[in-house]
Amino acid sequence: MKSLKDENREEMLELLRMMVRIRAFEEKAARLFLDGKLIGFLHLYSGEEAVATGVCACLREDDYITSTHRGHGHCLAKGADINRMMAELYGKATGYSKDKGGSMHIADISKGIIGANGIVGAGIPIAVGAGFAQKYRETDGVAVTFFGDGASNRGTFHEALNMSAALNLPVIFICENNQFGMSTPFAYHSKNKTISQRAAAYDIPGVTVDGNDPIAVRDAAAIAVARARTGEGPTLIECLTWRHYGHFVGDSAPYKKPEDQTIWREKDPIPNFEKRLMKEGVANAAEIDKIQAETEEEIQAAVEFAEESPYPEIDVMFEDLDFSPADRKE
Amino acid sequence: MAKIITYTQAIREAQDIEMARDSRVFICGEDVGVYGTAFGQTVGLMAKYGPMRVLDTPLSETAITSLGVGAAAVGLRPIVVHDFMDFMGVCMDEVLNQASKLAWMVGGQTRLSMVIRTQAGAGINAAAQHSQSLESFFTHMPGMKVVASSNPADMKGLLESAIRDDNPVIVLENKTLLGMEGEVPEGEYLVPIGKANIAREGSDVTIVSYGMMVNRCLAAAETLAAEGIRAEVIDLRSLVPLDKDAIFESIAKTNRLLIAHEAIGFSGYGAEIAALVAEEALDYLDAPIKRVTAPFTHCPFSPPLENAFVPNEDKIIQAVKTLM
Repeated sequence: MKSLKDENREEMLELLRMMVRIRAFEEKAARLFLDGKLIGFLHLYSGEEAVATGVCACLREDDYITSTHRGHGHCLAKGADINRMMAELYGKATGYSKDKGGSMHIADISKGIIGANGIVGAGIPIAVGAGFAQKYRETDGVAVTFFGDGASNRGTFHEALNMSAALNLPVIFICENNQFGMSTPFAYHSKNKTISQRAAAYDIPGVTVDGNDPIAVRDAAAIAVARARTGEGPTLIECLTWRHYGHFVGDSAPYKKPEDQTIWREKDPIPNFEKRLMKEGVANAAEIDKIQAETEEEIQAAVEFAEESPYPEIDVMFEDLDFSPADRKE
Repeated sequence: MAKIITYTQAIREAQDIEMARDSRVFICGEDVGVYGTAFGQTVGLMAKYGPMRVLDTPLSETAITSLGVGAAAVGLRPIVVHDFMDFMGVCMDEVLNQASKLAWMVGGQTRLSMVIRTQAGAGINAAAQHSQSLESFFTHMPGMKVVASSNPADMKGLLESAIRDDNPVIVLENKTLLGMEGEVPEGEYLVPIGKANIAREGSDVTIVSYGMMVNRCLAAAETLAAEGIRAEVIDLRSLVPLDKDAIFESIAKTNRLLIAHEAIGFSGYGAEIAALVAEEALDYLDAPIKRVTAPFTHCPFSPPLENAFVPNEDKIIQAVKTLM
């Protein structure tokens, strides 16, 4: 594991703060769901925080991301407002989509978040379009797409890799390999040892990194982003990680072996990064506690914001559609 | 000022004009650039606008459509080309779950201005996977506009309007009309989306149609006129949104309704028109609603079979006579 001695202290604390924020958001959401306050489907990102945090640390506001059904972490890391996100989960009018979307459809276009997506693998080629738009406008902006190991077996992944390589687009493919496509282990549905090796088929760089180490993720992403910004085309980064819970809240994940759970829980990105910060003298326990406490307050405020917000008016379901199919014009 | 050009030239001209006036407009698809597509609708545009604005893509319908979705979500105005409508099954998720929903799902934070140009229809012995009229798949999706043109002038005007529209629009071209000549206004020309055209006035029966079939309806109306039956032919031009008023006003006058389209009848677009009239305007009618459509089978290859599959002038005439 890389030493932190040359790292900027503020940046390190921000990485920690973001991971803590994502975790706190997810743990709170899970509790609220189990208490019956949240509805629908909730796919938690707990355990994978280092990926979104490390990647988005390399991005600017004018860079784009596309996300997944497990998208809360990506949205927070790219700068989405925590209050509006919580309101979206509650189905309240102050949510990002006036609450027509919910957990799987959070987007903040002003922050470059083109959206979570309820269709596994659908966001991958949409990022190709966003990356094309960067090139079309002759910016040095990039587009990043997050997706899981399951999605890497969809045709969208392969079409998107090939197309972005062929057109030399500034797209960065971030595969969050949490090792299960819902319940099925990756090894069962692919003969590939790694997902990153598939990059070779499209003649682009591919690398596998420790997805529980925010520094390793950030360093790999920084190289890919620099390549993309300077017109060198796409990169595939596979981040090996683990989701702490089931596919969604309510899935007890009986398909995960207890011993694997134990091993991977020990690799939890947050306590490990905290220990590393303390061991290398970047931060002390009091500073870390302060981040935890401030984050708790933030989450509590978000919950209050959401609970106090009104439900949307019924007519909102017709907003943002310009037209009815067959209105009478009398 | 107007000049005589073909349907294909009208498509090309509409794109040329809109690309010249708005730098956000670009075309993407298979063979659209160097080759100008198999039927010539984009010939010369790459030479004029360059390879970024007329983008030759790999053969990847899914990624081509998504490229359009992603680019449109951040403010470009793509024209996505799928030569044959039959191929759109390959990218159905991108149309159904992404393009049609995105602006709504994000609460209007962005709009999705995106055109999908595609060819519908049978009649060139292209068999079951290159001949379908699948418009009712797309008219069932909130958020998606669908237009179809029966002639070069409307083609140009509808396509220019579609490119300027802030919603995703599927623009249906008809492959048997590509060589059709007609008088087309020069320069910028807009046909409003959602406004039907009374292609022929009449007082005895209303025939509602769209796309290629309008021309067969007009031919049938000519024959019927010689027999003393004055048919009014409505060219819908826009399937979504539908100009319901034009239909209701016409049947208030004629009291008889025939719907003719190239697509299969069962669950086809004509069923929606029939249902709307039955629900809201049945009092106008003195006879049952009649439909002339393709039968519920696949489009066959052999010429006699294909000719029997696609509704023709005779079938329209016979159907009208049953209403009189």
